[in-house]
Amino acid sequence: MSRIIVDKQIVDCDAPILRVGEDGSFPTVPAAGLVFVSLPQYLAQKSELAARGDVGVWFAPADEPEQLGADAAQLAFIAVEFPAFTDGRGFSIGRLLRERYGFTGQLRAFGDVFKDTLNYLARCGFNAFVVRADKDIDDAVKGIDDFTEFYQSAVGQPQPLFRRR
Amino acid sequence: MYIYDEYDQKIVDQRVAQYRDQTRRYLAGELTDDEFRPLRLQNGLYIQRHAPMFRVAIPYGNLRSDQVRKLAELSRKYDHSYVHFTTRQNVQFNWPALENVPEMLAELASVQMHAIQTSGNCIRNTTSDQFAGVAYDEIVDPRPWCEIIRQWSTFHPEFAHLPRKFKIAVNGAKEDRAAVLVHDIGINVKLNAEGQVGFEIYVGGGLGRTPMIGDLIKPWLEPAHLLTYLDSVLRVYNRYGRRDNKYKARIKILVKAMTPEVFAAKVDQEWAFLKNGPQTLTDEEIARNHRFFTAPAYESLPGDDPSFLAALEANPAFSRWVDRNVFAHKVPGYAAVTLSLKQHGVPPGDATDVQLDAVADLADRFSFGEVRVSHGQNLILADVKESDLFALWEEAKRIGFATPNIGLLTDLICCPGGDFCSLANAKSLPVAKSVQERFDDLDFLFDLGEIDINISGCINACGHHHIGHIGILGVDKNNAEFYQITLGGRQGVDAQIGKVIGPSFAQEEMADVMSKIIQVFVDNREGDERFIDTFDRIGVDPFKNKVYEGRPAGRAKKEVEA
Repeated sequence: MSRIIVDKQIVDCDAPILRVGEDGSFPTVPAAGLVFVSLPQYLAQKSELAARGDVGVWFAPADEPEQLGADAAQLAFIAVEFPAFTDGRGFSIGRLLRERYGFTGQLRAFGDVFKDTLNYLARCGFNAFVVRADKDIDDAVKGIDDFTEFYQSAVGQPQPLFRRR
Repeated sequence: MYIYDEYDQKIVDQRVAQYRDQTRRYLAGELTDDEFRPLRLQNGLYIQRHAPMFRVAIPYGNLRSDQVRKLAELSRKYDHSYVHFTTRQNVQFNWPALENVPEMLAELASVQMHAIQTSGNCIRNTTSDQFAGVAYDEIVDPRPWCEIIRQWSTFHPEFAHLPRKFKIAVNGAKEDRAAVLVHDIGINVKLNAEGQVGFEIYVGGGLGRTPMIGDLIKPWLEPAHLLTYLDSVLRVYNRYGRRDNKYKARIKILVKAMTPEVFAAKVDQEWAFLKNGPQTLTDEEIARNHRFFTAPAYESLPGDDPSFLAALEANPAFSRWVDRNVFAHKVPGYAAVTLSLKQHGVPPGDATDVQLDAVADLADRFSFGEVRVSHGQNLILADVKESDLFALWEEAKRIGFATPNIGLLTDLICCPGGDFCSLANAKSLPVAKSVQERFDDLDFLFDLGEIDINISGCINACGHHHIGHIGILGVDKNNAEFYQITLGGRQGVDAQIGKVIGPSFAQEEMADVMSKIIQVFVDNREGDERFIDTFDRIGVDPFKNKVYEGRPAGRAKKEVEA
């Protein structure tokens, strides 16, 4: 079992990320168990997949939350890939899903995820983190609270500091 | 000046703790070079040619005397007893040890300073007019707005890893001393006919490899909406800016590819969602920030102080310094003084610990304890009584900061170049030195009038060479250092990118080349015309013909054909 962070707790979780084949074909979705399908696959097979509570959608950095739109509010799991932690597009995806499209389920970051990225990710609405296997997850979880005070409006605290100070 | 409350202090203190842990893990091998690089860069730490370079933020160029003394102290304790002021109003240490940086940050935090986002692909220090709040031609004081932007941009969670660096400048005067047209976002603070404040927003200006003048995308933005609008611009850039090629990753490339009209429409589309949201500024927040930038306790003075006028009359050297280094103040009887960090023979923008301590004392004695940094790499005492100018001049001479050359040819802007910077293709300091040595006759310099020379050691353009009247760019030609010259650039409200005049020159030729350019100016000048006006009148050809005389290439076409 892999260990991931959910709501600041370390829990066991294995949830495959299903990728579109090189020929553009969609992989078969297992009949049961939590699994993440790509945004294109979800959009193509929505009628079959939407009813299942254990199918999540994963976003690549260039995927547009606008394509999922209000459907986000019906999902229990969404994941966003960070191929490199320096690619900040996933931050905008997180905020848009949470703040504009009403997603209230688990928002999971995977890819190049480690201690030093968690605080920003959490503020952009992520509450689950698949920390890179070569990094110490017990140390990484502390990174969520590197900062406890913030100037801007963001997901966890929509009121900017100037409305609270 | 802005003073931290417990929230600001907590954020800076937590940064020190975070960076201390990151440095520890890097040294312990828990963070790789590639992982640590973006983290340290967002804290101003570069790994340079000889040692790390550490860049400390000076928000919109404003410093208190205790902060200046802290910089002096840090330079003694952790560096070679000098610092370098940059073209973006920041300050750099050239020789710190990597493992000492957390301690330096802790010491900086004790005087409300930091190095947050002074490098890396994030929103950098907001820059502004060095004469903000005192300039005779000011329309609106930009500093409260700069501070509001500083707080908004500090650890903005969504924009921590942009496609590329992002620079914002704010101007509130008739003249543009903040170079807003060559920033990723340039903001002019304006007043409308009813006397209400609003902003003009430019995007997509910048220097570097592809120099461009910014496009006006919002002619009038009401103050309450400043931050939601900036959020919208940054979100469009974060999502759609190119990440496949770092040379095409600045917002200017996106704006040009989309066209300014389409980009502006995309921003408005995003803004429709964010406008009037929680990030909308409140009247109380606007008022709170303005309370930090009220006028100091000026005395009520008639102006034209008799002792000052008498000293001007009696002392030609003082009079010359006043002419060049003293700037008109909006309050009668006061003046803003530029301390020149361009003493001949000294690297432009450098100051020693002794000089810094002396400047802090001068600020306490003559200027309400505050110091400004200009993007021209000089220091400013912004609130000096006319009756104190002579005494200040005497003191400034003693520390070598009274060279009467502000705006003149030897007040050149220059990056650290290949002597220090690992990005540089060529050294810039020896060129600056050779120009200063060649033009060391103050009478001649004075007669030449205003000429901006800007020198960059590479295409990253830290010396802003594109907007110098004479721009010098270091280039690498078969592993040798050469220098390309541009003419006709300028900053300000009519900012223009200079044009390359022809093939580049070796370092040892540069002083002669500069002499030839100046000779063409002198030969063609009408009356007291400025260099740039003569250039506009006669064009580039006479300069090319003189500079490339006797060379196989480079002269103007007409002459070659003739």
